[in-house]
Amino acid sequence: MVINANEVGYFDLNKKIVECPDEDITVTNAMGQRYIGCGVAGKKITVEGTPGNALGAYLDGSRIIVHGNGQDAIGDTMNNGEIIIHGSCGDTTGYAMRSGKIFVKGNAGYRVGIHMKEYHEYFPKIVIGGKVGDFLGEYQAGGIIVVLGIGYEDECPVGSFVGTGMHGGYIFIRSEHEPKGLPVQVCCEKATDEDKKKIAEYVEEFSVNFGYNSEELLSGNFYKLTPNTASPYKQLYTHN
Amino acid sequence: MALNYFQPLFEVIRDKDRCIKCQACARQCSNEVHKYDAELDMMISDSQTCVDCQRCVTICPTRALKITENNNQFRTNANWSQQTMTEVYRQAESGGVLLSSMGNPKPYPVYWDKILLNASQVTNPPIDPLREPMESRVFLGKKPRNVSFNEDGSVNTKVTPTLELSTPIMFSAMSYGSISRNAHESLARAATELGIYYNTGEGGLHKDFYQYGPNTIVQVASGRFGVFKDYLETGAAIEIKMGQGAKPGIGGHLPGQKILEDVSRTRMIPMGTDAISPAPHHDIYSIEDLRQLVYSLKEATEYKKPVIVKIAAVHNVAAIASGIARSGADIIAIDGYRGGTGAAPTRIRDNVGIPIELALASVDQRLRDEGIRNEVSVVVAGSIRSSSDVVKAIALGADAVYIGTAALLALGCHLCRTCHTGKCNWGIATQRDDLVKRLNPEIGYKRLVNLVHAWDHEIKEMMGGMGINSIEALRGNRLMLRGIGLTDKELEILGIQHAGQ
Ligand code: SF4
Ligand code: SF4
Repeated sequence: MVINANEVGYFDLNKKIVECPDEDITVTNAMGQRYIGCGVAGKKITVEGTPGNALGAYLDGSRIIVHGNGQDAIGDTMNNGEIIIHGSCGDTTGYAMRSGKIFVKGNAGYRVGIHMKEYHEYFPKIVIGGKVGDFLGEYQAGGIIVVLGIGYEDECPVGSFVGTGMHGGYIFIRSEHEPKGLPVQVCCEKATDEDKKKIAEYVEEFSVNFGYNSEELLSGNFYKLTPNTASPYKQLYTHN
Repeated sequence: MALNYFQPLFEVIRDKDRCIKCQACARQCSNEVHKYDAELDMMISDSQTCVDCQRCVTICPTRALKITENNNQFRTNANWSQQTMTEVYRQAESGGVLLSSMGNPKPYPVYWDKILLNASQVTNPPIDPLREPMESRVFLGKKPRNVSFNEDGSVNTKVTPTLELSTPIMFSAMSYGSISRNAHESLARAATELGIYYNTGEGGLHKDFYQYGPNTIVQVASGRFGVFKDYLETGAAIEIKMGQGAKPGIGGHLPGQKILEDVSRTRMIPMGTDAISPAPHHDIYSIEDLRQLVYSLKEATEYKKPVIVKIAAVHNVAAIASGIARSGADIIAIDGYRGGTGAAPTRIRDNVGIPIELALASVDQRLRDEGIRNEVSVVVAGSIRSSSDVVKAIALGADAVYIGTAALLALGCHLCRTCHTGKCNWGIATQRDDLVKRLNPEIGYKRLVNLVHAWDHEIKEMMGGMGINSIEALRGNRLMLRGIGLTDKELEILGIQHAGQ
């Protein structure tokens, strides 16, 4: 079913999406309507235009494809499913995401993957094609974030303070330039071929989604960031 | 060897004539204070690790034990108390941030104790709650501005979802992880039986407790632990935790060693990793951002559940509450600086925030002045200790209260203030199986039910005395309050007159 979002507010638009019996829904003319696909399970939602903030928040197993740019808080606390953005997106993409995948062709804003966490079979993945802002993977507690830096080969494609408070998971950055100013709790090393196997599947999916050659992407130099402790603040306290 | 500067805070006194060497105290003390010395054939104790939780005193069959304050004293100094000096020693030794638990113990004024209630005499006679109907039921949520009717007399006003409470008391947020499974179960069952609500705290909800969903408030905090669709849908309401009275401006941090199997499953994080809730929600920097989270939760639950926003009582709380009332939230919960906690940096707990009484009075006034009091209900927390505190809170403008510490006391807590060590001898603030099983939820929930029933009765009695027969008529009825020993400024903020006026 096609839903024309032109001049429809978010409340009515989302009501239509939730009430629509079809599994395959296309929303056309999106113009910043928030909460599209919020908590929705078992659907495929294609968005043409620009969806607003909190796209796919608490997403529970749907597939959302955006032909355009996304805004802030995409996939906030997402539990499962897939979000594919054929453009760039804003801040806090994948905030506290627990599982599922987010693929962004272009760039993403600040605090991407903040507080991402994993648990047993839940394992979240974010792949960003271009570059990201500061605080990538802040408080990350699990899952994988990959930043490919396509088109930004002359610089390190991540901002400052990568992995502040990180205590689980991995961050992979495709670059010849080592990220600078990393906090003490983060280890940074060049990824080995063995390491790259961890991300091969997701880089492959990214490439299929957006028309890249995954072998070429994977052959580049990657930095792998991991936390050096599961309890970053353990030494900080004394019982009173 | 380095000298140990820390003097025992307490002294264990054992009446040797009474002691029958049953060793119950030795078995029960998780701090390993008591020991049986076979050679001497006597019980010995090491006061150094005693926290005065009173467990041994309570279980000793012959009443042979007594714990007193250690009267060994550093030289008296009005500026440098022994406590202050010891804290310096502690930090000099460890280099660590001082960590404490439960509410602020400092001798700041308790305004509840400086407010007196009214009663009817001669005119407007009192009501006897045993003979006449009294309404202590309240509804929390937005109240429509006007009501319109259809031609057939039915109501034609769209009402937003509300919470119905049989009495204006709820159990405040305490996460599974900070308190034990048995404590959680006691709260959940009591809330269900009482027709009120308990609050999951930010630790997610154990599958076994989904059955209590209709009486559960599920919390969403910055760490988003255990938050997913089923969780949101299970609760009767969703609470966004922006702040906590015991530690305004500070996040939460449950150390990895407390994340055992069951807690890990509930929080949906691996065992042994720290559960860190950052101080801010990193997607909220404005009321507009808060509105986004409020509405994303409403969208995810199809506008079926009221959303609560919980904040700590801080200096400009009235302006913040006004913003929250405009953010789409249905209920504001305000937590005063005496609110309890499973762990908080001592300096923050003891020095940050303001009393709930003053915060409540100024928030209620501000919302009324702005004509938006009906947009939200106001729930207050941060040391409600008795039914008279409840009555005073409601007369100052609250719709209901949250109780945390009082509820734990009902379960056996003795306010030893060492929850952060995870060795609670009463089976409350611990995850150690041998300790948790000391708290029987079957007994625990009944004690909570008793407490709230007793308070409910007292509330009705006090209301009856004032000639008021419903909570609705008490709310914001500041004429029923008088201050005692308060300054003009304090009276002005509380919006009440002095006794005798
Ligand atoms: S519990 Fe009482 S009687 Fe038993 S050993 Fe301890 S002090 Fe003695
Ligand atoms: S909950 Fe337990 S550890 Fe905490 S103050 Fe009460 S008795 Fe002490």
